[in-house]
Amino acid sequence: MNSDVVVNVKDVSMRFLQASEKITTFKEFVIRSLKKKISYTEFWALSNVSFQVRRGELFGILGLNGAGKSTLLKILSGVLVPTNGSVSVHGNIAPLIELGAGFDPELTARENIYLNGATLGFSRKEMNAKFDEIVEFSELKEFLDVPIKNFSSGMYARLGFSIATSVSPEILIVDEVLSVGDFMFQQKCENKIRQMIDNGASVILVSHSIEQVRSLCSRGIVLERGHVVKSGDIDELCDFYYERYS
Amino acid sequence: MKKNDGIIDLWKYRDLLWQLVAKDVKVKYKRSFIGVLWSLLNPLLTMLILTIVFKELFRFNIENFAAYVISGQVIFSFFSESTSLAMTSIYTSGQIMKKVYVPKAIFPISKILYALVNTLYSIIAVVIVCLLTGVPITASFFSSLLTIVYVMIFSIGVGLILCSIAVFLRDLEHIYGVLLTAWMYATPVIYPAEIMPDRFLFVLYCNPLYFFVTHFREGLLYHQLPSIELNLYCLMYALITLVIGVYVFNKRRNQFILYI
Repeated sequence: MNSDVVVNVKDVSMRFLQASEKITTFKEFVIRSLKKKISYTEFWALSNVSFQVRRGELFGILGLNGAGKSTLLKILSGVLVPTNGSVSVHGNIAPLIELGAGFDPELTARENIYLNGATLGFSRKEMNAKFDEIVEFSELKEFLDVPIKNFSSGMYARLGFSIATSVSPEILIVDEVLSVGDFMFQQKCENKIRQMIDNGASVILVSHSIEQVRSLCSRGIVLERGHVVKSGDIDELCDFYYERYS
Repeated sequence: MKKNDGIIDLWKYRDLLWQLVAKDVKVKYKRSFIGVLWSLLNPLLTMLILTIVFKELFRFNIENFAAYVISGQVIFSFFSESTSLAMTSIYTSGQIMKKVYVPKAIFPISKILYALVNTLYSIIAVVIVCLLTGVPITASFFSSLLTIVYVMIFSIGVGLILCSIAVFLRDLEHIYGVLLTAWMYATPVIYPAEIMPDRFLFVLYCNPLYFFVTHFREGLLYHQLPSIELNLYCLMYALITLVIGVYVFNKRRNQFILYI
Protein backbone atom coordinates (compact mmCIF):
# COMPACT_ATOMS: atom_id res chain seq x y z
CA MET A 1 0.00 0.00 0.00
CA ASN A 2 1.13 3.50 -0.74
CA SER A 3 2.82 4.94 2.32
CA ASP A 4 1.11 8.24 1.69
CA VAL A 5 -2.29 6.80 2.45
CA VAL A 6 -3.22 7.58 6.04
CA VAL A 7 -6.80 6.36 6.00
CA ASN A 8 -7.81 3.39 3.91
CA VAL A 9 -11.48 2.49 3.93
CA LYS A 10 -12.20 -0.74 2.08
CA ASP A 11 -15.66 -2.04 1.29
CA VAL A 12 -17.09 -0.88 4.56
CA SER A 13 -20.68 -1.77 5.28
CA MET A 14 -22.60 -1.09 8.42
CA ARG A 15 -25.78 -2.87 9.32
CA PHE A 16 -28.06 -1.88 12.12
CA LEU A 17 -30.55 -4.35 13.44
CA GLN A 18 -33.63 -2.66 14.60
CA ALA A 19 -35.73 -4.84 16.77
CA SER A 20 -39.19 -4.25 15.41
CA GLU A 21 -40.17 -3.44 18.93
CA LYS A 22 -37.34 -2.61 21.24
CA ILE A 23 -37.04 -5.05 24.10
CA THR A 24 -35.45 -3.54 27.12
CA THR A 25 -36.93 -5.37 30.03
CA PHE A 26 -36.15 -8.82 31.20
CA LYS A 27 -39.75 -9.94 31.42
CA GLU A 28 -40.39 -8.99 27.83
CA PHE A 29 -37.20 -10.68 26.73
CA VAL A 30 -38.09 -13.97 28.39
CA ILE A 31 -41.64 -13.99 27.10
CA ARG A 32 -40.57 -13.17 23.57
CA SER A 33 -37.69 -15.59 23.41
CA LEU A 34 -40.01 -18.32 24.56
CA LYS A 35 -42.47 -17.40 21.88
CA LYS A 36 -39.59 -16.91 19.44
CA LYS A 37 -40.96 -13.57 18.57
CA ILE A 38 -37.91 -11.38 18.46
CA SER A 39 -37.83 -10.06 14.95
CA TYR A 40 -35.42 -7.61 13.47
CA THR A 41 -35.48 -5.39 10.48
CA GLU A 42 -32.18 -4.76 8.83
CA PHE A 43 -30.97 -1.33 7.97
CA TRP A 44 -27.80 -0.81 6.01
CA ALA A 45 -26.46 2.61 6.91
CA LEU A 46 -23.42 2.10 4.69
CA SER A 47 -22.84 -0.30 1.82
CA ASN A 48 -19.47 -1.03 0.28
CA VAL A 49 -17.93 2.35 0.95
CA SER A 50 -14.31 2.63 -0.15
CA PHE A 51 -11.97 5.58 -0.30
CA GLN A 52 -8.47 6.65 0.67
CA VAL A 53 -7.22 9.78 2.33
CA ARG A 54 -3.62 10.77 1.71
CA ARG A 55 -1.20 12.61 3.89
CA GLY A 56 -1.66 16.37 3.89
CA GLU A 57 -5.03 16.18 2.24
CA LEU A 58 -8.32 17.84 3.08
CA PHE A 59 -10.98 15.32 2.31
CA GLY A 60 -14.62 16.33 2.09
CA ILE A 61 -17.64 14.16 2.72
CA LEU A 62 -20.88 15.48 1.32
CA GLY A 63 -24.35 14.10 1.68
CA LEU A 64 -27.85 14.92 2.77
CA ASN A 65 -29.18 14.09 6.19
CA GLY A 66 -29.38 10.35 6.60
CA ALA A 67 -26.79 9.63 3.94
CA GLY A 68 -24.55 7.87 6.45
CA LYS A 69 -21.96 10.57 7.08
CA SER A 70 -22.04 10.39 10.84
CA THR A 71 -21.97 6.60 10.82
CA LEU A 72 -18.92 6.73 8.58
CA LEU A 73 -17.14 9.17 10.88
CA LYS A 74 -17.94 7.05 13.91
CA ILE A 75 -16.41 4.04 12.19
CA LEU A 76 -13.31 6.06 11.31
CA SER A 77 -12.82 7.19 14.87
CA GLY A 78 -13.32 3.70 16.25
CA VAL A 79 -16.61 4.30 18.03
CA LEU A 80 -18.44 1.81 15.82
CA VAL A 81 -17.09 -1.43 14.42
CA PRO A 82 -18.19 -2.02 10.81
CA THR A 83 -20.24 -5.09 9.96
CA ASN A 84 -18.11 -5.84 6.90
CA GLY A 85 -14.99 -4.38 5.40
CA SER A 86 -11.96 -2.85 6.98
CA VAL A 87 -10.62 0.51 7.99
CA SER A 88 -6.94 1.08 8.50
CA VAL A 89 -5.74 4.29 10.01
CA HIS A 90 -2.12 5.36 10.30
CA GLY A 91 -1.60 8.03 12.88
CA ASN A 92 -3.45 9.67 15.71
CA ILE A 93 -7.05 10.56 15.13
CA ALA A 94 -8.71 13.46 16.88
CA PRO A 95 -12.44 13.43 16.32
CA LEU A 96 -14.48 16.58 16.48
CA ILE A 97 -17.65 14.67 15.87
CA GLU A 98 -19.82 16.38 18.35
CA LEU A 99 -18.88 19.29 20.44
CA GLY A 100 -17.88 18.63 23.95
CA ALA A 101 -17.41 14.93 23.45
CA GLY A 102 -16.32 13.74 26.81
CA PHE A 103 -16.81 17.02 28.62
CA ASP A 104 -18.23 16.76 32.08
CA PRO A 105 -20.61 19.67 32.65
CA GLU A 106 -20.03 19.71 36.41
CA LEU A 107 -16.31 20.31 36.04
CA THR A 108 -14.60 23.57 35.18
CA ALA A 109 -13.06 24.37 31.82
CA ARG A 110 -9.62 23.82 33.32
CA GLU A 111 -10.49 20.34 34.56
CA ASN A 112 -12.23 19.50 31.32
CA ILE A 113 -9.14 20.31 29.29
CA TYR A 114 -7.30 17.56 31.12
CA LEU A 115 -10.23 15.16 31.02
CA ASN A 116 -10.79 15.72 27.32
CA GLY A 117 -7.09 15.36 26.63
CA ALA A 118 -7.16 12.04 28.44
CA THR A 119 -10.07 10.76 26.36
CA LEU A 120 -7.89 11.47 23.34
CA GLY A 121 -5.13 9.44 24.96
CA PHE A 122 -2.90 12.23 26.30
CA SER A 123 -1.50 12.34 29.79
CA ARG A 124 -1.72 15.20 32.24
CA LYS A 125 1.88 16.03 31.63
CA GLU A 126 1.41 16.27 27.90
CA MET A 127 -1.65 18.43 28.40
CA ASN A 128 0.26 20.75 30.72
CA ALA A 129 2.58 21.56 27.87
CA LYS A 130 -0.34 22.48 25.63
CA PHE A 131 -2.46 24.19 28.22
CA ASP A 132 -1.54 27.80 27.45
CA GLU A 133 -1.97 27.29 23.75
CA ILE A 134 -5.46 25.87 24.28
CA VAL A 135 -6.50 28.70 26.56
CA GLU A 136 -5.21 31.30 24.20
CA PHE A 137 -6.79 29.82 21.10
CA SER A 138 -10.17 29.32 22.75
CA GLU A 139 -10.20 32.89 24.14
CA LEU A 140 -11.71 31.57 27.36
CA LYS A 141 -9.10 32.78 29.79
CA GLU A 142 -11.55 34.54 32.11
CA PHE A 143 -13.83 31.49 32.26
CA LEU A 144 -11.27 28.83 33.09
CA ASP A 145 -12.68 28.11 36.52
CA VAL A 146 -16.34 28.20 35.60
CA PRO A 147 -18.15 24.85 35.45
CA ILE A 148 -18.83 24.38 31.77
CA LYS A 149 -22.51 23.64 32.30
CA ASN A 150 -22.74 27.44 32.29
CA PHE A 151 -21.05 27.73 28.90
CA SER A 152 -22.82 28.66 25.71
CA SER A 153 -22.65 26.37 22.70
CA GLY A 154 -20.17 28.72 21.07
CA MET A 155 -17.89 28.46 24.08
CA TYR A 156 -18.20 24.67 24.02
CA ALA A 157 -17.22 24.67 20.39
CA ARG A 158 -14.23 26.88 20.95
CA LEU A 159 -12.95 24.80 23.81
CA GLY A 160 -13.52 21.52 21.95
CA PHE A 161 -11.85 22.72 18.79
CA SER A 162 -8.88 24.15 20.65
CA ILE A 163 -8.23 20.92 22.52
CA ALA A 164 -8.65 18.64 19.51
CA THR A 165 -6.28 20.69 17.37
CA SER A 166 -3.72 21.35 20.09
CA VAL A 167 -2.77 17.70 20.40
CA SER A 168 -1.46 17.96 16.80
CA PRO A 169 -3.27 14.92 15.49
CA GLU A 170 -2.16 13.35 12.23
CA ILE A 171 -5.80 13.05 11.24
CA LEU A 172 -8.50 15.46 12.30
CA ILE A 173 -12.15 14.65 11.78
CA VAL A 174 -14.39 17.69 11.66
CA ASP A 175 -18.15 17.25 11.57
CA GLU A 176 -20.20 20.40 11.12
CA VAL A 177 -18.35 21.89 14.00
CA LEU A 178 -17.26 24.92 12.12
CA SER A 179 -20.83 26.08 11.74
CA VAL A 180 -20.93 26.92 15.44
CA GLY A 181 -19.21 29.99 16.72
CA ASP A 182 -19.13 33.42 15.18
CA PHE A 183 -17.60 34.48 11.91
CA MET A 184 -14.31 35.47 13.49
CA PHE A 185 -13.84 32.16 15.15
CA GLN A 186 -14.76 30.26 11.99
CA GLN A 187 -12.05 32.16 10.17
CA LYS A 188 -9.61 31.33 12.90
CA CYS A 189 -10.49 27.65 12.73
CA GLU A 190 -10.13 27.54 8.97
CA ASN A 191 -6.71 29.12 9.26
CA LYS A 192 -5.75 26.63 11.91
CA ILE A 193 -6.86 23.76 9.70
CA ARG A 194 -4.82 25.08 6.76
CA GLN A 195 -1.82 25.43 9.02
CA MET A 196 -2.19 21.84 10.20
CA ILE A 197 -2.40 20.67 6.60
CA ASP A 198 0.82 22.51 5.84
CA ASN A 199 2.44 20.61 8.67
CA GLY A 200 1.45 17.33 7.08
CA ALA A 201 -1.79 16.50 8.85
CA SER A 202 -4.87 15.21 7.06
CA VAL A 203 -8.36 16.48 7.67
CA ILE A 204 -11.68 14.82 6.96
CA LEU A 205 -14.39 17.43 6.80
CA VAL A 206 -18.13 16.95 6.82
CA SER A 207 -20.22 19.96 6.05
CA HIS A 208 -23.53 21.00 4.61
CA SER A 209 -21.98 24.14 3.26
CA ILE A 210 -20.84 23.47 -0.29
CA GLU A 211 -18.94 26.73 -0.29
CA GLN A 212 -16.92 25.77 2.73
CA VAL A 213 -16.11 22.35 1.34
CA ARG A 214 -15.19 23.80 -2.03
CA SER A 215 -12.88 26.40 -0.57
CA LEU A 216 -11.14 24.06 1.86
CA CYS A 217 -11.05 20.57 0.40
CA SER A 218 -9.19 19.07 -2.52
CA ARG A 219 -10.96 15.73 -2.92
CA GLY A 220 -13.94 13.97 -1.50
CA ILE A 221 -16.95 11.71 -1.87
CA VAL A 222 -20.70 12.17 -2.05
CA LEU A 223 -22.77 9.74 -0.04
CA GLU A 224 -26.37 8.89 -0.74
CA ARG A 225 -28.26 6.38 1.36
CA GLY A 226 -25.04 4.68 2.36
CA HIS A 227 -23.58 4.40 -1.11
CA VAL A 228 -20.74 6.39 -2.60
CA VAL A 229 -22.39 7.97 -5.63
CA LYS A 230 -19.43 10.03 -6.70
CA SER A 231 -15.83 10.49 -5.70
CA GLY A 232 -12.92 12.51 -6.91
CA ASP A 233 -11.96 16.12 -7.45
CA ILE A 234 -13.81 18.57 -5.23
CA ASP A 235 -15.01 21.00 -7.91
CA GLU A 236 -16.64 18.22 -9.93
CA LEU A 237 -18.06 16.84 -6.75
CA CYS A 238 -19.60 20.10 -5.65
CA ASP A 239 -21.13 20.73 -9.07
CA PHE A 240 -22.54 17.23 -9.08
CA TYR A 241 -23.93 17.64 -5.58
CA TYR A 242 -25.43 20.99 -6.39
CA GLU A 243 -27.14 19.76 -9.54
CA ARG A 244 -28.41 16.57 -8.03
CA TYR A 245 -30.07 18.11 -5.03
CA SER A 246 -31.40 21.41 -6.19
CA MET B 1 -2.76 3.19 15.41
CA LYS B 2 -4.41 -0.10 16.24
CA LYS B 3 -7.48 0.03 18.39
CA ASN B 4 -7.66 -3.36 19.95
CA ASP B 5 -9.82 -2.38 22.90
CA GLY B 6 -7.83 -4.71 25.14
CA ILE B 7 -5.25 -4.56 27.88
CA ILE B 8 -2.71 -2.59 25.82
CA ASP B 9 -5.21 0.16 25.11
CA LEU B 10 -6.26 0.19 28.71
CA TRP B 11 -2.68 0.86 29.69
CA LYS B 12 -2.37 3.58 27.08
CA TYR B 13 -5.43 5.30 28.49
CA ARG B 14 -4.40 4.90 32.14
CA ASP B 15 -4.35 8.63 32.55
CA LEU B 16 -8.01 8.79 31.63
CA LEU B 17 -8.65 6.06 34.18
CA TRP B 18 -7.10 8.12 36.98
CA GLN B 19 -8.96 11.21 35.90
CA LEU B 20 -12.30 9.42 35.85
CA VAL B 21 -11.67 8.14 39.36
CA ALA B 22 -10.52 11.56 40.57
CA LYS B 23 -13.55 13.16 38.95
CA ASP B 24 -15.97 10.80 40.72
CA VAL B 25 -14.32 11.43 44.06
CA LYS B 26 -14.41 15.16 43.49
CA VAL B 27 -18.04 15.20 42.40
CA LYS B 28 -19.09 13.03 45.33
CA TYR B 29 -17.81 15.39 47.96
CA LYS B 30 -18.62 18.60 46.17
CA ARG B 31 -20.92 20.81 48.22
CA SER B 32 -20.69 18.65 51.30
CA PHE B 33 -19.38 20.30 54.42
CA ILE B 34 -17.14 17.65 55.83
CA GLY B 35 -16.36 16.11 52.44
CA VAL B 36 -14.20 13.06 52.58
CA LEU B 37 -14.98 12.51 56.24
CA TRP B 38 -18.30 10.99 55.14
CA SER B 39 -16.49 7.92 53.91
CA LEU B 40 -15.30 7.51 57.47
CA LEU B 41 -18.52 8.41 59.19
CA ASN B 42 -20.82 6.28 57.07
CA PRO B 43 -19.48 2.87 58.11
CA LEU B 44 -19.10 4.11 61.69
CA LEU B 45 -22.74 5.11 61.97
CA THR B 46 -24.02 1.95 60.28
CA MET B 47 -21.85 -0.10 62.58
CA LEU B 48 -23.25 1.75 65.58
CA ILE B 49 -26.82 0.94 64.58
CA LEU B 50 -26.06 -2.72 63.85
CA THR B 51 -24.17 -3.11 67.10
CA ILE B 52 -26.95 -1.62 69.17
CA VAL B 53 -29.62 -3.72 67.45
CA PHE B 54 -27.82 -7.03 67.48
CA LYS B 55 -25.81 -6.85 70.65
CA GLU B 56 -28.36 -5.20 72.89
CA LEU B 57 -31.62 -6.47 71.43
CA PHE B 58 -30.71 -9.86 70.00
CA ARG B 59 -27.98 -10.55 72.55
CA PHE B 60 -25.45 -11.87 70.09
CA ASN B 61 -22.46 -13.03 71.99
CA ILE B 62 -19.45 -12.29 69.90
CA GLU B 63 -16.20 -11.06 71.21
CA ASN B 64 -15.54 -7.50 70.06
CA PHE B 65 -18.85 -7.31 68.29
CA ALA B 66 -18.37 -3.74 67.05
CA ALA B 67 -15.10 -4.57 65.32
CA TYR B 68 -16.57 -7.81 64.01
CA VAL B 69 -19.50 -6.02 62.40
CA ILE B 70 -17.59 -3.13 60.90
CA SER B 71 -14.90 -5.35 59.40
CA GLY B 72 -17.46 -7.54 57.64
CA GLN B 73 -19.50 -4.58 56.60
CA VAL B 74 -16.60 -2.70 55.01
CA ILE B 75 -15.66 -5.70 52.86
CA PHE B 76 -19.23 -6.30 51.84
CA SER B 77 -19.92 -2.68 50.98
CA PHE B 78 -16.76 -2.50 48.92
CA PHE B 79 -18.11 -5.37 46.88
CA SER B 80 -21.69 -4.13 46.66
CA GLU B 81 -20.85 -0.50 45.93
CA SER B 82 -18.21 -1.25 43.32
CA THR B 83 -20.24 -3.82 41.43
CA SER B 84 -23.46 -1.77 41.49
CA LEU B 85 -21.65 1.24 40.07
CA ALA B 86 -19.78 -0.85 37.52
CA MET B 87 -23.07 -2.38 36.39
CA THR B 88 -24.52 0.96 35.30
CA SER B 89 -21.19 2.46 34.19
CA ILE B 90 -21.54 1.59 30.51
CA TYR B 91 -24.76 3.40 29.91
CA THR B 92 -24.08 6.29 32.24
CA SER B 93 -20.90 6.92 30.24
CA GLY B 94 -22.71 6.69 26.94
CA GLN B 95 -22.04 10.33 26.17
CA ILE B 96 -18.31 9.75 25.94
CA MET B 97 -18.50 6.37 24.30
CA LYS B 98 -20.75 7.61 21.53
CA LYS B 99 -18.37 10.32 20.47
CA VAL B 100 -14.80 9.22 20.91
CA TYR B 101 -13.04 5.91 20.99
CA VAL B 102 -11.92 4.87 24.45
CA PRO B 103 -11.35 1.33 25.68
CA LYS B 104 -14.73 0.47 27.12
CA ALA B 105 -13.52 -1.54 30.07
CA ILE B 106 -12.20 1.71 31.47
CA PHE B 107 -15.67 2.67 32.73
CA PRO B 108 -16.46 -0.32 34.98
CA ILE B 109 -12.87 -0.43 36.19
CA SER B 110 -12.87 3.26 37.08
CA LYS B 111 -16.00 2.71 39.21
CA ILE B 112 -14.34 -0.13 41.05
CA LEU B 113 -11.26 1.97 41.74
CA TYR B 114 -13.51 4.76 42.95
CA ALA B 115 -15.16 2.37 45.39
CA LEU B 116 -11.67 1.28 46.40
CA VAL B 117 -10.79 4.84 47.37
CA ASN B 118 -13.91 5.03 49.54
CA THR B 119 -13.04 1.68 51.08
CA LEU B 120 -9.53 2.78 51.98
CA TYR B 121 -11.06 5.67 53.92
CA SER B 122 -13.47 3.27 55.57
CA ILE B 123 -10.55 1.14 56.68
CA ILE B 124 -9.43 4.07 58.77
CA ALA B 125 -12.81 3.82 60.47
CA VAL B 126 -12.22 0.11 61.05
CA VAL B 127 -8.87 0.81 62.64
CA ILE B 128 -10.40 3.48 64.88
CA VAL B 129 -13.11 1.08 66.07
CA CYS B 130 -10.55 -1.63 66.73
CA LEU B 131 -8.39 0.65 68.81
CA LEU B 132 -11.33 2.10 70.75
CA THR B 133 -12.74 -1.32 71.62
CA GLY B 134 -9.43 -2.75 72.71
CA VAL B 135 -8.46 -4.78 69.64
CA PRO B 136 -4.78 -4.06 69.06
CA ILE B 137 -3.53 -3.60 65.50
CA THR B 138 -0.61 -5.90 64.88
CA ALA B 139 1.64 -6.73 61.93
CA SER B 140 -0.87 -9.34 60.73
CA PHE B 141 -3.05 -6.41 59.71
CA PHE B 142 -1.13 -6.37 56.45
CA SER B 143 -2.74 -9.63 55.42
CA SER B 144 -6.07 -7.79 55.63
CA LEU B 145 -4.85 -5.41 52.96
CA LEU B 146 -4.35 -8.45 50.75
CA THR B 147 -8.04 -9.19 51.20
CA ILE B 148 -8.82 -5.86 49.58
CA VAL B 149 -6.84 -6.94 46.53
CA TYR B 150 -8.78 -10.22 46.31
CA VAL B 151 -12.11 -8.43 46.61
CA MET B 152 -11.06 -5.91 44.00
CA ILE B 153 -10.16 -8.60 41.44
CA PHE B 154 -13.38 -10.41 42.22
CA SER B 155 -15.40 -7.19 41.89
CA ILE B 156 -13.83 -6.36 38.53
CA GLY B 157 -14.90 -9.79 37.30
CA VAL B 158 -18.45 -9.45 38.62
CA GLY B 159 -18.65 -5.83 37.44
CA LEU B 160 -17.63 -6.75 33.89
CA ILE B 161 -20.27 -9.46 33.75
CA LEU B 162 -22.98 -7.24 35.19
CA CYS B 163 -22.35 -4.27 32.93
CA SER B 164 -22.25 -6.50 29.86
CA ILE B 165 -25.73 -7.73 30.68
CA ALA B 166 -27.20 -4.51 32.06
CA VAL B 167 -26.64 -2.64 28.80
CA PHE B 168 -29.13 -4.95 27.15
CA LEU B 169 -31.44 -5.57 30.09
CA ARG B 170 -31.85 -2.62 32.41
CA ASP B 171 -33.99 -4.71 34.76
CA LEU B 172 -30.83 -6.18 36.10
CA GLU B 173 -30.36 -3.02 38.13
CA HIS B 174 -33.44 -3.84 40.20
CA ILE B 175 -32.81 -7.56 40.35
CA TYR B 176 -29.28 -7.02 41.55
CA GLY B 177 -30.43 -4.74 44.35
CA VAL B 178 -32.54 -7.55 45.79
CA LEU B 179 -29.85 -10.10 45.13
CA LEU B 180 -27.35 -8.02 47.12
CA THR B 181 -29.64 -8.00 50.13
CA ALA B 182 -29.91 -11.78 50.01
CA TRP B 183 -26.19 -12.03 49.47
CA MET B 184 -25.48 -9.94 52.54
CA TYR B 185 -27.49 -12.27 54.73
CA ALA B 186 -25.73 -15.25 53.17
CA THR B 187 -22.46 -13.74 54.32
CA PRO B 188 -21.46 -13.67 57.97
CA VAL B 189 -21.33 -9.89 58.25
CA ILE B 190 -23.51 -9.47 61.31
CA TYR B 191 -23.83 -13.02 62.63
CA PRO B 192 -21.05 -15.48 63.49
CA ALA B 193 -20.42 -18.15 60.85
CA GLU B 194 -20.87 -20.82 63.52
CA ILE B 195 -24.59 -20.28 63.86
CA MET B 196 -25.16 -21.40 60.30
CA PRO B 197 -26.96 -24.76 60.49
CA ASP B 198 -25.06 -27.67 58.97
CA ARG B 199 -27.51 -28.18 56.16
CA PHE B 200 -26.93 -24.61 55.02
CA LEU B 201 -23.16 -24.73 55.25
CA PHE B 202 -22.91 -25.10 51.48
CA VAL B 203 -24.25 -21.55 51.23
CA LEU B 204 -21.09 -20.33 52.90
CA TYR B 205 -18.77 -22.49 50.85
CA CYS B 206 -20.32 -21.36 47.58
CA ASN B 207 -20.05 -17.78 48.65
CA PRO B 208 -16.74 -16.12 47.76
CA LEU B 209 -17.51 -13.27 50.13
CA TYR B 210 -17.56 -15.67 53.07
CA PHE B 211 -13.92 -16.46 52.33
CA PHE B 212 -12.99 -12.82 51.81
CA VAL B 213 -14.64 -11.68 55.04
CA THR B 214 -13.01 -14.51 56.97
CA HIS B 215 -9.66 -13.71 55.42
CA PHE B 216 -10.02 -10.06 56.36
CA ARG B 217 -10.86 -10.82 59.98
CA GLU B 218 -8.06 -13.32 60.53
CA GLY B 219 -5.32 -10.74 60.42
CA LEU B 220 -7.34 -7.86 61.81
CA LEU B 221 -9.24 -9.37 64.74
CA TYR B 222 -7.51 -12.66 65.52
CA HIS B 223 -3.94 -11.60 64.87
CA GLN B 224 -2.94 -14.58 62.82
CA LEU B 225 -2.02 -15.01 59.20
CA PRO B 226 -4.77 -16.55 57.08
CA SER B 227 -3.99 -20.16 56.17
CA ILE B 228 -2.63 -21.01 52.75
CA GLU B 229 -5.81 -22.94 52.07
CA LEU B 230 -7.93 -19.87 52.76
CA ASN B 231 -5.69 -17.75 50.53
CA LEU B 232 -6.03 -20.28 47.73
CA TYR B 233 -9.81 -20.24 48.00
CA CYS B 234 -9.83 -16.45 47.79
CA LEU B 235 -7.40 -16.35 44.89
CA MET B 236 -9.26 -19.03 43.00
CA TYR B 237 -12.63 -17.35 43.34
CA ALA B 238 -11.17 -13.96 42.35
CA LEU B 239 -9.28 -15.17 39.30
CA ILE B 240 -11.96 -17.45 37.91
CA THR B 241 -14.50 -14.65 38.17
CA LEU B 242 -12.12 -12.22 36.49
CA VAL B 243 -11.52 -14.59 33.59
CA ILE B 244 -15.25 -15.12 33.07
CA GLY B 245 -15.82 -11.38 33.32
CA VAL B 246 -13.21 -10.52 30.71
CA TYR B 247 -14.58 -13.21 28.40
CA VAL B 248 -18.21 -12.07 28.66
CA PHE B 249 -17.27 -8.43 28.32
CA ASN B 250 -15.10 -8.98 25.24
CA LYS B 251 -17.86 -10.92 23.57
CA ARG B 252 -20.38 -8.18 24.08
CA ARG B 253 -18.50 -4.90 24.01
CA ASN B 254 -18.85 -4.14 20.30
CA GLN B 255 -22.61 -4.12 20.61
CA PHE B 256 -22.77 -1.78 23.60
CA ILE B 257 -22.80 1.30 21.46
CA LEU B 258 -25.97 0.17 19.69
CA TYR B 259 -27.90 -0.03 22.94
CA ILE B 260 -26.97 3.12 24.81
